[in-house]
Amino acid sequence: MRIPLTKLAHARSGDKGDTANVGLIALRDEYYPLLVREVTAARVKEHFRGICQGAVERFELPNLRALNFLLHESLGGGGTLSLMTDAQGKTFSTALLRLTINVPDEEARALGLSE
Amino acid sequence: MNGMRELIRVACGQGFWGDMLDAPVRQVEGGPIDYLMLDYLAEVTMSIMQKQRARDPLLGYARDFVPLMREILPACVARNIRVTANAGGVNPPACAAAVRDVARELGLAGRLQIGIVTGDDILERLDDFLARGIELRNMDTGALLATVRDRIQSANVYLGAQPIVEALQRGADVVVTGRATDTGLTLAPLIHEFDWRADDWDRLAAGTIAGHIIECGAQCSGGNCQYEWQAIPDLANVGYPIVEASPDGTFVVTKHAGTGGRVSVPSVKEQLVYEMGDPHEYITPDCVADFTTIQLEAAGPDRVRVFGIRGRAATEFYKVSISYAAGFKAVGTLVYSWPDAYAKAQAADKILRARLERLGLRFDQILTEFVGANATHGALAGESSPDLAEVQLRVGVRGPDRAAVERFTKEIAPLILTGPPGVTGFAGGRPKVEEIVAYWPALIPKSEIAPRVEVLAV
Repeated sequence: MRIPLTKLAHARSGDKGDTANVGLIALRDEYYPLLVREVTAARVKEHFRGICQGAVERFELPNLRALNFLLHESLGGGGTLSLMTDAQGKTFSTALLRLTINVPDEEARALGLSE
Repeated sequence: MNGMRELIRVACGQGFWGDMLDAPVRQVEGGPIDYLMLDYLAEVTMSIMQKQRARDPLLGYARDFVPLMREILPACVARNIRVTANAGGVNPPACAAAVRDVARELGLAGRLQIGIVTGDDILERLDDFLARGIELRNMDTGALLATVRDRIQSANVYLGAQPIVEALQRGADVVVTGRATDTGLTLAPLIHEFDWRADDWDRLAAGTIAGHIIECGAQCSGGNCQYEWQAIPDLANVGYPIVEASPDGTFVVTKHAGTGGRVSVPSVKEQLVYEMGDPHEYITPDCVADFTTIQLEAAGPDRVRVFGIRGRAATEFYKVSISYAAGFKAVGTLVYSWPDAYAKAQAADKILRARLERLGLRFDQILTEFVGANATHGALAGESSPDLAEVQLRVGVRGPDRAAVERFTKEIAPLILTGPPGVTGFAGGRPKVEEIVAYWPALIPKSEIAPRVEVLAV
């Protein structure tokens, strides 16, 4: 079944120059392996097509049940150069939460995700 | 001060220049704290301050800091609360002198010492560095500093905790720095109180991460928190964060009793990942902290215990923040109402662009956003409802030619009477032309920099 990330994670994003970072945090510890498996750098790059012009890097923080994504060349030059409303990438967090992932029905049930 | 204390409370009173003015007062008045840390400097702030000092040699620091000190110094002296602040900007001595004058007026002569940390300002030394082969290449792009040399407005090294520690050891009650790291303002009191060695990397990393958690003020105590945001109580009275640190490098993040907001494992996690790069190496002048070692544990209402932190040796470099003039920009907005609000705003954008083209105006970039339809999430927002109540057209331009940007600002208002109907929202007048001051990050060998510490008696 398709599950939106809003049911699995919360997030915060920010900027470093022209790079946006998004920290994606599992809402429950048992959701973390699902995020690691499904929310890959390639998947995030595809999700942000047209917005992220550069590479996407992913780092794992199993201790926090969190993933950190760096989205390079995403902020219109970054900092004061950017003309964007969101020059600091603050809303990239919720933009990532628009992603939906495929979870086998049985796994979703086991995780208490089916309605 | 003899005999090590078992618990030190460091409170954050200011997460950026422009943060809540009364937050530091409420930190001092709201319960027990030992240190108050105040972060005033963003990357762009230094160039603004450099311009202020060029006009008046007594300026160039965070002026809000002085009236704040007038308000809280008597309580700080009475309760032995010490202050670390990077309010000195490009002129820490002038900032310290202003605080000294205020302290004298308050009758605190003989009861207060002010530490001054300088040595971060390298603007006058740039040509010397370049001549000696220290290239100060842009860390992000690899470009040579020579490409912007004639447009540089400020250049400052991010100093770490050590010079602040020295000021505290020499008896400073208030330490005013220039460009010091946010984390150093929290770490320094812990090094000073707990006698942490300069190579005790795990503890230095712990103090650094404590600093990272509280340096953005209420952003770790319920502000801007996605996790169950509607259930976070009383943000009107939000409590700013406090670190209760122990000598072994563990600490608890909390806030004063009776304040709003929430300190929870999710609220602290959100702040930990904020502006994170590679979590294995969070690099500061003091150490390299490993965020993948952080352990969090709920420890009662509005209390999160943090432990397990590991760190590694500091690098041989300081980070340098250089600002330079990078042209001009302006942003104009108009609001279009139902029906067909989005279509009207799109039509207005086309008309505006055709006029700019006809005028022969050239820009490095023109960016159009439709607030209400796609300004924050772009195409991810999907198809807009044709029934939107209103859409704000927001057009920005950027380029090297001030006159062209100026001319652009005069093309927004005419759209009201010469474009699509149902338009409003021009009460603010013509958009302002802004000079862009851009940021150039670089590295410099630590051996080139000598932080200086002075202690001024009031």
